[in-house]
Amino acid sequence: MRVFVLLGRHSLGTLARLGRAGLFLLQVLAGAWQFLRRPFLLVQQMYAVGVLTLLIILVAGLFVGMVLGFQGYNTLVDFGAESSLGLVVALTLTRELGPVLAALLFAGRAGSALTAEIGLMKATQQLAGMEMMAVDPISRVIAPRFYAGFVSLFLLAALFTVVGVYGGHLVGVDLLGVDSGVYWSGMREGVDVYEDVLNGVIKSIVFGFVVTWIAVFEGYDAVPTSEGVSRATTRTVVHASLAVLGLDFVLTSLMFGEV
Amino acid sequence: MHKQLVELWVGVFVAAGLLALGALAFQVGNLSAADVRNGYVVYAEFDNIGGLKLRSRVTLAGVRIGRVRAIEVDPQSYRAVVALEIDGRYRNLPTDTSAMIQTQGVLGEQYVALEPGADEAYLKDGDRILLTQSALVLENLIGQFLYNKSGSGDK
Repeated sequence: MRVFVLLGRHSLGTLARLGRAGLFLLQVLAGAWQFLRRPFLLVQQMYAVGVLTLLIILVAGLFVGMVLGFQGYNTLVDFGAESSLGLVVALTLTRELGPVLAALLFAGRAGSALTAEIGLMKATQQLAGMEMMAVDPISRVIAPRFYAGFVSLFLLAALFTVVGVYGGHLVGVDLLGVDSGVYWSGMREGVDVYEDVLNGVIKSIVFGFVVTWIAVFEGYDAVPTSEGVSRATTRTVVHASLAVLGLDFVLTSLMFGEV
Repeated sequence: MHKQLVELWVGVFVAAGLLALGALAFQVGNLSAADVRNGYVVYAEFDNIGGLKLRSRVTLAGVRIGRVRAIEVDPQSYRAVVALEIDGRYRNLPTDTSAMIQTQGVLGEQYVALEPGADEAYLKDGDRILLTQSALVLENLIGQFLYNKSGSGDK
Protein backbone atom coordinates (compact mmCIF):
# COMPACT_ATOMS: atom_id res chain seq x y z
CA MET A 1 0.00 0.00 0.00
CA ARG A 2 2.81 2.38 0.92
CA VAL A 3 4.34 1.83 -2.50
CA PHE A 4 1.27 3.32 -4.17
CA VAL A 5 1.27 6.28 -1.82
CA LEU A 6 4.93 6.99 -2.54
CA LEU A 7 4.48 6.47 -6.25
CA GLY A 8 1.50 8.81 -6.35
CA ARG A 9 3.26 11.45 -4.29
CA HIS A 10 6.30 11.25 -6.52
CA SER A 11 4.38 11.57 -9.77
CA LEU A 12 2.24 14.41 -8.44
CA GLY A 13 5.42 16.14 -7.30
CA THR A 14 6.96 15.75 -10.76
CA LEU A 15 3.83 17.06 -12.46
CA ALA A 16 3.66 20.06 -10.15
CA ARG A 17 7.31 20.78 -10.85
CA LEU A 18 6.67 20.64 -14.58
CA GLY A 19 3.80 23.09 -14.13
CA ARG A 20 6.01 25.42 -12.08
CA ALA A 21 8.64 25.24 -14.80
CA GLY A 22 6.09 26.23 -17.44
CA LEU A 23 4.68 29.14 -15.46
CA PHE A 24 8.21 30.23 -14.61
CA LEU A 25 9.10 30.25 -18.30
CA LEU A 26 6.13 32.52 -19.05
CA GLN A 27 7.20 34.91 -16.30
CA VAL A 28 10.77 34.95 -17.59
CA LEU A 29 9.67 35.57 -21.16
CA ALA A 30 7.48 38.42 -19.98
CA GLY A 31 10.33 39.79 -17.87
CA ALA A 32 12.23 41.11 -20.87
CA TRP A 33 11.12 44.72 -20.29
CA GLN A 34 13.65 45.21 -17.50
CA PHE A 35 16.77 44.72 -19.59
CA LEU A 36 15.24 46.40 -22.62
CA ARG A 37 15.39 49.57 -20.56
CA ARG A 38 18.82 48.73 -19.16
CA PRO A 39 20.69 46.78 -21.87
CA PHE A 40 23.81 46.50 -19.76
CA LEU A 41 22.08 43.84 -17.67
CA LEU A 42 21.97 41.64 -20.75
CA VAL A 43 25.48 42.53 -21.91
CA GLN A 44 26.87 41.61 -18.52
CA GLN A 45 25.21 38.20 -18.63
CA MET A 46 26.33 37.61 -22.20
CA TYR A 47 29.86 38.14 -20.98
CA ALA A 48 29.42 35.58 -18.20
CA VAL A 49 27.54 33.07 -20.31
CA GLY A 50 28.93 33.56 -23.81
CA VAL A 51 32.39 35.09 -23.75
CA LEU A 52 33.67 32.93 -20.90
CA THR A 53 32.44 29.78 -22.68
CA LEU A 54 34.17 30.83 -25.89
CA LEU A 55 37.55 29.28 -25.12
CA ILE A 56 36.32 25.76 -24.36
CA ILE A 57 34.07 25.86 -27.44
CA LEU A 58 36.89 26.93 -29.75
CA VAL A 59 39.40 24.40 -28.40
CA ALA A 60 36.85 21.57 -28.43
CA GLY A 61 35.73 22.49 -31.95
CA LEU A 62 39.28 22.47 -33.24
CA PHE A 63 40.00 19.04 -31.79
CA VAL A 64 36.70 17.54 -32.90
CA GLY A 65 37.38 18.80 -36.42
CA MET A 66 40.88 17.37 -36.35
CA VAL A 67 39.64 13.97 -35.18
CA LEU A 68 36.96 13.98 -37.88
CA GLY A 69 39.66 14.80 -40.42
CA PHE A 70 41.76 11.83 -39.31
CA GLN A 71 38.95 9.31 -39.03
CA GLY A 72 37.23 10.46 -42.19
CA TYR A 73 40.47 10.26 -44.13
CA ASN A 74 41.32 6.77 -42.87
CA THR A 75 37.91 5.45 -43.84
CA LEU A 76 37.54 7.28 -47.14
CA VAL A 77 41.02 6.53 -48.45
CA ASP A 78 40.13 2.81 -48.61
CA PHE A 79 37.52 3.66 -51.22
CA GLY A 80 39.67 6.22 -52.98
CA ALA A 81 37.13 8.83 -51.94
CA GLU A 82 39.33 11.11 -49.84
CA SER A 83 38.19 13.93 -52.11
CA SER A 84 34.90 14.01 -50.20
CA LEU A 85 36.69 14.54 -46.87
CA GLY A 86 35.62 18.18 -46.76
CA LEU A 87 32.02 17.23 -47.36
CA VAL A 88 32.05 14.56 -44.65
CA VAL A 89 33.61 16.87 -42.07
CA ALA A 90 31.33 19.79 -42.92
CA LEU A 91 28.10 17.77 -42.98
CA THR A 92 28.88 16.03 -39.69
CA LEU A 93 29.62 19.34 -38.03
CA THR A 94 26.80 21.47 -39.42
CA ARG A 95 24.09 18.87 -38.97
CA GLU A 96 24.98 17.15 -35.72
CA LEU A 97 28.20 17.69 -33.86
CA GLY A 98 28.25 21.48 -33.96
CA PRO A 99 24.86 22.08 -32.33
CA VAL A 100 24.92 19.02 -30.04
CA LEU A 101 28.47 19.21 -28.69
CA ALA A 102 28.27 22.98 -28.30
CA ALA A 103 25.04 22.54 -26.33
CA LEU A 104 26.53 19.82 -24.11
CA LEU A 105 29.63 21.90 -23.38
CA PHE A 106 27.42 24.91 -22.80
CA ALA A 107 25.28 22.97 -20.31
CA GLY A 108 28.39 21.90 -18.44
CA ARG A 109 30.21 25.21 -18.49
CA ALA A 110 27.51 27.90 -18.44
CA GLY A 111 24.36 26.05 -17.38
CA SER A 112 25.85 24.71 -14.16
CA ALA A 113 27.25 28.15 -13.33
CA LEU A 114 23.82 29.75 -13.88
CA THR A 115 22.11 27.25 -11.60
CA ALA A 116 24.72 27.56 -8.87
CA GLU A 117 24.62 31.37 -8.98
CA ILE A 118 20.84 31.63 -8.85
CA GLY A 119 20.58 28.84 -6.28
CA LEU A 120 23.07 30.58 -4.00
CA MET A 121 21.24 33.89 -4.40
CA LYS A 122 18.15 32.09 -3.22
CA ALA A 123 19.96 30.31 -0.38
CA THR A 124 21.43 33.59 0.88
CA GLN A 125 17.99 35.21 0.54
CA GLN A 126 19.12 37.79 -2.00
CA LEU A 127 16.09 37.04 -4.16
CA ALA A 128 13.77 37.47 -1.16
CA GLY A 129 15.59 40.70 -0.34
CA MET A 130 14.94 42.04 -3.82
CA GLU A 131 11.27 41.25 -3.47
CA MET A 132 11.24 43.18 -0.20
CA MET A 133 12.61 46.17 -2.08
CA ALA A 134 9.84 45.78 -4.68
CA VAL A 135 12.30 44.65 -7.35
CA ASP A 136 11.03 41.71 -9.33
CA PRO A 137 13.86 39.16 -9.15
CA ILE A 138 12.60 37.31 -12.20
CA SER A 139 12.91 40.22 -14.58
CA ARG A 140 15.97 41.69 -12.82
CA VAL A 141 18.03 38.52 -12.30
CA ILE A 142 16.59 35.60 -14.22
CA ALA A 143 15.38 37.10 -17.50
CA PRO A 144 18.73 38.64 -18.55
CA ARG A 145 20.46 35.33 -17.84
CA PHE A 146 17.87 33.37 -19.79
CA TYR A 147 17.96 35.61 -22.86
CA ALA A 148 21.77 35.82 -22.75
CA GLY A 149 22.07 32.03 -22.82
CA PHE A 150 19.46 31.75 -25.53
CA VAL A 151 21.30 34.23 -27.78
CA SER A 152 24.78 32.93 -26.98
CA LEU A 153 24.38 29.28 -27.81
CA PHE A 154 23.68 29.52 -31.51
CA LEU A 155 26.58 31.91 -31.96
CA LEU A 156 28.80 29.50 -30.04
CA ALA A 157 27.58 26.55 -32.13
CA ALA A 158 28.33 28.43 -35.36
CA LEU A 159 31.84 29.20 -34.11
CA PHE A 160 32.30 25.57 -33.08
CA THR A 161 31.35 24.40 -36.57
CA VAL A 162 33.59 26.86 -38.40
CA VAL A 163 36.58 26.09 -36.19
CA GLY A 164 35.90 22.38 -36.65
CA VAL A 165 35.90 22.73 -40.44
CA TYR A 166 39.27 24.47 -40.22
CA GLY A 167 40.49 21.73 -37.85
CA GLY A 168 39.56 19.14 -40.46
CA HIS A 169 41.38 21.21 -43.05
CA LEU A 170 44.44 21.33 -40.80
CA VAL A 171 44.65 17.56 -40.56
CA GLY A 172 43.24 16.51 -43.93
CA VAL A 173 44.99 19.05 -46.12
CA ASP A 174 48.09 20.18 -44.27
CA LEU A 175 48.97 16.85 -42.69
CA LEU A 176 47.54 14.08 -44.88
CA GLY A 177 47.76 15.77 -48.24
CA VAL A 178 44.21 16.08 -49.53
CA ASP A 179 44.10 18.93 -52.03
CA SER A 180 42.88 22.17 -50.49
CA GLY A 181 40.73 23.11 -53.48
CA VAL A 182 39.08 19.69 -53.50
CA TYR A 183 38.40 19.96 -49.78
CA TRP A 184 36.54 23.26 -50.15
CA SER A 185 34.77 22.62 -53.45
CA GLY A 186 33.51 19.20 -52.32
CA MET A 187 32.12 20.90 -49.26
CA ARG A 188 30.45 23.70 -51.20
CA GLU A 189 28.95 21.33 -53.73
CA GLY A 190 27.41 19.07 -51.10
CA VAL A 191 26.42 21.32 -48.21
CA ASP A 192 23.09 22.99 -48.77
CA VAL A 193 22.51 26.32 -47.07
CA TYR A 194 18.87 25.66 -46.17
CA GLU A 195 18.91 21.90 -45.76
CA ASP A 196 22.08 21.63 -43.69
CA VAL A 197 23.28 24.98 -42.36
CA LEU A 198 19.91 26.49 -41.51
CA ASN A 199 18.64 23.29 -39.90
CA GLY A 200 21.78 23.14 -37.79
CA VAL A 201 21.22 26.72 -36.65
CA ILE A 202 17.58 25.96 -35.82
CA LYS A 203 18.76 23.00 -33.75
CA SER A 204 21.17 25.12 -31.77
CA ILE A 205 18.50 27.78 -31.17
CA VAL A 206 16.17 25.10 -29.75
CA PHE A 207 18.97 23.66 -27.62
CA GLY A 208 19.89 27.10 -26.31
CA PHE A 209 16.30 27.70 -25.26
CA VAL A 210 15.94 24.36 -23.49
CA VAL A 211 19.34 24.29 -21.79
CA THR A 212 19.04 27.80 -20.36
CA TRP A 213 15.46 27.19 -19.33
CA ILE A 214 16.47 24.09 -17.38
CA ALA A 215 19.47 25.89 -15.86
CA VAL A 216 17.62 28.97 -14.59
CA PHE A 217 14.63 26.95 -13.42
CA GLU A 218 16.74 24.49 -11.43
CA GLY A 219 18.51 27.40 -9.78
CA TYR A 220 15.28 29.22 -8.97
CA ASP A 221 13.57 26.07 -7.74
CA ALA A 222 16.56 24.78 -5.72
CA VAL A 223 16.15 23.82 -2.09
CA PRO A 224 17.87 26.79 -0.40
CA THR A 225 20.61 24.86 1.37
CA SER A 226 24.15 24.07 0.27
CA GLU A 227 23.12 20.49 -0.41
CA GLY A 228 20.09 21.63 -2.37
CA VAL A 229 22.16 23.92 -4.57
CA SER A 230 24.66 21.19 -5.28
CA ARG A 231 21.89 18.78 -6.24
CA ALA A 232 20.26 21.39 -8.45
CA THR A 233 23.55 21.97 -10.26
CA THR A 234 23.97 18.26 -10.90
CA ARG A 235 20.39 18.01 -12.12
CA THR A 236 20.95 20.87 -14.53
CA VAL A 237 23.85 19.14 -16.24
CA VAL A 238 22.13 15.74 -16.35
CA HIS A 239 18.70 16.93 -17.44
CA ALA A 240 20.02 19.46 -19.94
CA SER A 241 22.31 16.89 -21.57
CA LEU A 242 19.54 14.32 -21.80
CA ALA A 243 17.13 16.92 -23.16
CA VAL A 244 19.64 17.96 -25.82
CA LEU A 245 20.28 14.40 -26.95
CA GLY A 246 16.60 13.46 -26.95
CA LEU A 247 15.53 16.61 -28.77
CA ASP A 248 18.32 16.10 -31.25
CA PHE A 249 16.80 12.79 -32.25
CA VAL A 250 13.34 14.33 -32.63
CA LEU A 251 14.61 17.32 -34.60
CA THR A 252 16.79 15.15 -36.82
CA SER A 253 13.93 12.87 -37.71
CA LEU A 254 11.73 15.89 -38.46
CA MET A 255 14.35 17.69 -40.55
CA PHE A 256 16.22 14.95 -42.33
CA GLY A 257 13.65 12.17 -42.38
CA GLU A 258 12.48 11.12 -45.80
CA VAL A 259 9.99 13.71 -46.98
CA MET B 1 35.29 44.12 -14.24
CA HIS B 2 35.22 47.44 -16.06
CA LYS B 3 31.97 48.14 -17.83
CA GLN B 4 33.55 49.17 -21.13
CA LEU B 5 35.75 46.11 -21.23
CA VAL B 6 32.75 43.83 -20.72
CA GLU B 7 30.90 45.57 -23.52
CA LEU B 8 33.92 45.29 -25.78
CA TRP B 9 34.30 41.57 -25.17
CA VAL B 10 30.63 40.90 -25.73
CA GLY B 11 30.83 42.92 -28.94
CA VAL B 12 33.78 40.83 -30.10
CA PHE B 13 31.89 37.66 -29.22
CA VAL B 14 28.72 38.62 -31.07
CA ALA B 15 30.66 39.84 -34.10
CA ALA B 16 32.68 36.62 -34.22
CA GLY B 17 29.51 34.57 -33.93
CA LEU B 18 27.77 36.43 -36.73
CA LEU B 19 30.91 36.17 -38.85
CA ALA B 20 30.89 32.42 -38.25
CA LEU B 21 27.27 32.23 -39.38
CA GLY B 22 28.23 34.14 -42.51
CA ALA B 23 31.16 31.81 -43.11
CA LEU B 24 28.82 28.84 -42.74
CA ALA B 25 26.48 30.24 -45.35
CA PHE B 26 29.05 31.40 -47.88
CA GLN B 27 32.23 29.40 -47.28
CA VAL B 28 30.87 26.02 -46.16
CA GLY B 29 27.47 26.19 -47.83
CA ASN B 30 26.90 27.23 -51.39
CA LEU B 31 24.92 30.43 -51.01
CA SER B 32 27.43 32.47 -53.01
CA ALA B 33 27.28 30.25 -56.07
CA ALA B 34 23.89 28.90 -55.22
CA ASP B 35 21.11 30.21 -56.98
CA VAL B 36 19.94 30.65 -60.39
CA ARG B 37 19.29 34.35 -61.01
CA ASN B 38 16.24 35.59 -62.93
CA GLY B 39 15.97 32.13 -64.39
CA TYR B 40 13.36 30.66 -66.67
CA VAL B 41 11.72 27.26 -66.57
CA VAL B 42 11.60 24.64 -69.30
CA TYR B 43 10.03 21.20 -69.00
CA ALA B 44 11.37 17.83 -70.05
CA GLU B 45 9.54 14.50 -70.05
CA PHE B 46 11.36 11.32 -69.18
CA ASP B 47 10.30 7.65 -69.07
CA ASN B 48 12.35 7.14 -65.95
CA ILE B 49 14.20 9.70 -63.89
CA GLY B 50 16.22 7.18 -61.87
CA GLY B 51 17.57 8.90 -58.78
CA LEU B 52 17.13 12.49 -59.90
CA LYS B 53 16.19 14.75 -56.99
CA LEU B 54 14.92 18.26 -56.47
CA ARG B 55 17.74 20.80 -56.76
CA SER B 56 19.87 18.40 -58.79
CA ARG B 57 22.18 20.12 -61.23
CA VAL B 58 21.38 21.00 -64.82
CA THR B 59 24.52 21.23 -66.92
CA LEU B 60 25.54 22.35 -70.36
CA ALA B 61 28.93 21.09 -71.57
CA GLY B 62 29.57 20.01 -67.99
CA VAL B 63 29.01 23.48 -66.55
CA ARG B 64 26.13 23.98 -64.14
CA ILE B 65 23.59 26.39 -65.60
CA GLY B 66 20.52 25.57 -63.51
CA ARG B 67 18.73 23.30 -61.08
CA VAL B 68 15.83 20.87 -61.09
CA ARG B 69 12.88 22.72 -59.61
CA ALA B 70 10.04 20.23 -59.64
CA ILE B 71 9.42 16.61 -60.52
CA GLU B 72 5.91 15.37 -61.23
CA VAL B 73 4.17 12.54 -63.00
CA ASP B 74 1.92 13.36 -65.94
CA PRO B 75 -1.23 11.31 -65.23
CA GLN B 76 -2.08 11.05 -68.94
CA SER B 77 1.18 9.80 -70.36
CA TYR B 78 2.53 8.17 -67.17
CA ARG B 79 5.83 9.89 -67.77
CA ALA B 80 7.84 12.03 -65.39
CA VAL B 81 7.77 15.78 -66.06
CA VAL B 82 10.85 17.56 -64.77
CA ALA B 83 10.91 21.34 -64.45
CA LEU B 84 14.37 22.72 -65.12
CA GLU B 85 15.12 26.22 -63.90
CA ILE B 86 17.86 27.70 -66.03
CA ASP B 87 19.90 30.80 -65.25
CA GLY B 88 18.82 33.93 -67.11
CA ARG B 89 22.28 34.33 -68.62
CA TYR B 90 21.69 31.31 -70.83
CA ARG B 91 18.65 32.30 -72.85
CA ASN B 92 19.99 31.13 -76.17
CA LEU B 93 19.31 27.39 -75.95
CA PRO B 94 18.00 26.13 -79.32
CA THR B 95 14.52 24.55 -79.32
CA ASP B 96 15.92 21.20 -80.41
CA THR B 97 18.16 20.97 -77.35
CA SER B 98 18.15 17.46 -75.89
CA ALA B 99 18.11 16.53 -72.21
CA MET B 100 19.77 13.45 -70.75
CA ILE B 101 19.88 12.17 -67.20
CA GLN B 102 23.44 11.22 -66.46
CA THR B 103 25.35 9.98 -63.44
CA GLN B 104 28.43 11.57 -62.01
CA GLY B 105 31.00 8.81 -61.69
CA VAL B 106 29.83 5.24 -61.28
CA LEU B 107 27.63 5.62 -58.22
CA GLY B 108 27.51 9.40 -57.99
CA GLU B 109 24.71 11.89 -58.03
CA GLN B 110 22.43 12.12 -61.04
CA TYR B 111 22.02 15.32 -63.01
CA VAL B 112 20.39 16.58 -66.20
CA ALA B 113 22.82 17.21 -69.05
CA LEU B 114 21.63 19.46 -71.88
CA GLU B 115 23.02 19.12 -75.36
CA PRO B 116 22.33 22.11 -77.63
CA GLY B 117 20.86 21.46 -81.07
CA ALA B 118 21.17 23.59 -84.19
CA ASP B 119 17.80 25.32 -84.41
CA GLU B 120 17.63 29.07 -84.94
CA ALA B 121 14.76 29.58 -82.47
CA TYR B 122 15.45 29.60 -78.75
CA LEU B 123 13.65 27.94 -75.85
CA LYS B 124 11.34 30.27 -73.94
CA ASP B 125 9.91 30.17 -70.44
CA GLY B 126 7.45 27.26 -70.19
CA ASP B 127 8.66 25.48 -73.31
CA ARG B 128 9.06 21.73 -73.50
CA ILE B 129 12.23 19.90 -74.43
CA LEU B 130 11.22 17.13 -76.84
CA LEU B 131 14.38 15.08 -77.18
CA THR B 132 15.07 13.31 -73.92
CA GLN B 133 16.97 10.29 -72.76
CA SER B 134 16.08 8.60 -69.49
CA ALA B 135 18.29 7.64 -66.64
CA LEU B 136 20.35 4.53 -66.89
CA VAL B 137 19.01 2.25 -64.17
CA LEU B 138 21.85 0.03 -63.10
CA GLU B 139 19.56 -2.74 -61.84
CA ASN B 140 17.80 -3.04 -65.21
CA LEU B 141 21.13 -3.11 -66.97
CA ILE B 142 22.44 -5.89 -64.76
CA GLY B 143 19.16 -7.77 -65.17
CA GLN B 144 19.38 -7.52 -68.95
CA PHE B 145 23.00 -8.57 -68.91
CA LEU B 146 22.26 -11.64 -66.78
CA TYR B 147 19.25 -12.51 -68.92
CA ASN B 148 21.32 -12.36 -72.10
CA LYS B 149 24.08 -14.31 -70.43
CA SER B 150 21.80 -17.13 -69.37
CA GLY B 151 20.10 -17.09 -72.79
CA SER B 152 23.38 -17.53 -74.59
CA GLY B 153 24.52 -20.14 -72.05
CA ASP B 154 21.63 -22.45 -73.00
CA LYS B 155 22.71 -22.73 -76.56
